[in-house]
Amino acid sequence: MADPMKIRAQLQGDIADVKVLMFHPMETGLRKDPITGDVIPLHFIQRVVATHNGKTMLDAQWSQAVSKNPFVNFRIRGAKPGDKVTVSWEDNMGEKASIETTLN
Amino acid sequence: MRTQKPLGQASRRKVLRALALGSAYITSFAAGWLRPVQLLAAEWNKAAFDAKVLADALKGIGATSVADSNQILLKAPEIAENGAIVPVEITSRIPGTQTIYIIADKNPQPLVAIFDIAGGMEPFISTRIKMGESSKVRILVKAGGKFYVATQEVKVTIGGCGG
Repeated sequence: MADPMKIRAQLQGDIADVKVLMFHPMETGLRKDPITGDVIPLHFIQRVVATHNGKTMLDAQWSQAVSKNPFVNFRIRGAKPGDKVTVSWEDNMGEKASIETTLN
Repeated sequence: MRTQKPLGQASRRKVLRALALGSAYITSFAAGWLRPVQLLAAEWNKAAFDAKVLADALKGIGATSVADSNQILLKAPEIAENGAIVPVEITSRIPGTQTIYIIADKNPQPLVAIFDIAGGMEPFISTRIKMGESSKVRILVKAGGKFYVATQEVKVTIGGCGG
């Protein structure tokens, strides 16, 4: 399986600008398979959590209306080189992924 | 073979008391056990996300009274050629911003996302959403237990939900 997500964090002064890309179909449950005509089941990331040195900074709940291969950008204050930023997600089928980066 | 002595009045009471204590113990244990889990992470708000109309979505997140605010900056395209990818960027200037909500009024389920942010975060979120048709994008901010809103009309050329 390809990497389930990518992260890029840049320090701007003491603010960490974090950009995350998650590879996920984000199926709405409304689309039909173009060949079989069967409805493609609802399959989407429900929860995204970001931590800074282990402390939860962002706790997001999503619907199926976040775009396919979701992108999210957020900013953490009081960040410094060497700090760790982790982002993890879980979807409605129980699949999970997580990624960590160290600020520099 | 020994015959079993029937339970006397006193010992039956003992058994009943033990049972009552046991169930009380189990109940308090379960309650105490569930509480920290809810503190760690609020349950995915099914009622609000499943809501088919705006009013029910607002009710689901507890936004019964919402004040217009020019302190919520919303950057979204006026015309989105592809409803499957509508970039939305939010900056809140409301002190004590705790939660940012993204709502697309006319989506089959209007509530798109909820972002709870800790005190150590800039009140800023940028993401991409799907829109089924042209409608208002509504950003709610919860700060100090109150709700504030900013809206922008986004015209969608090709819807991004079915297809």
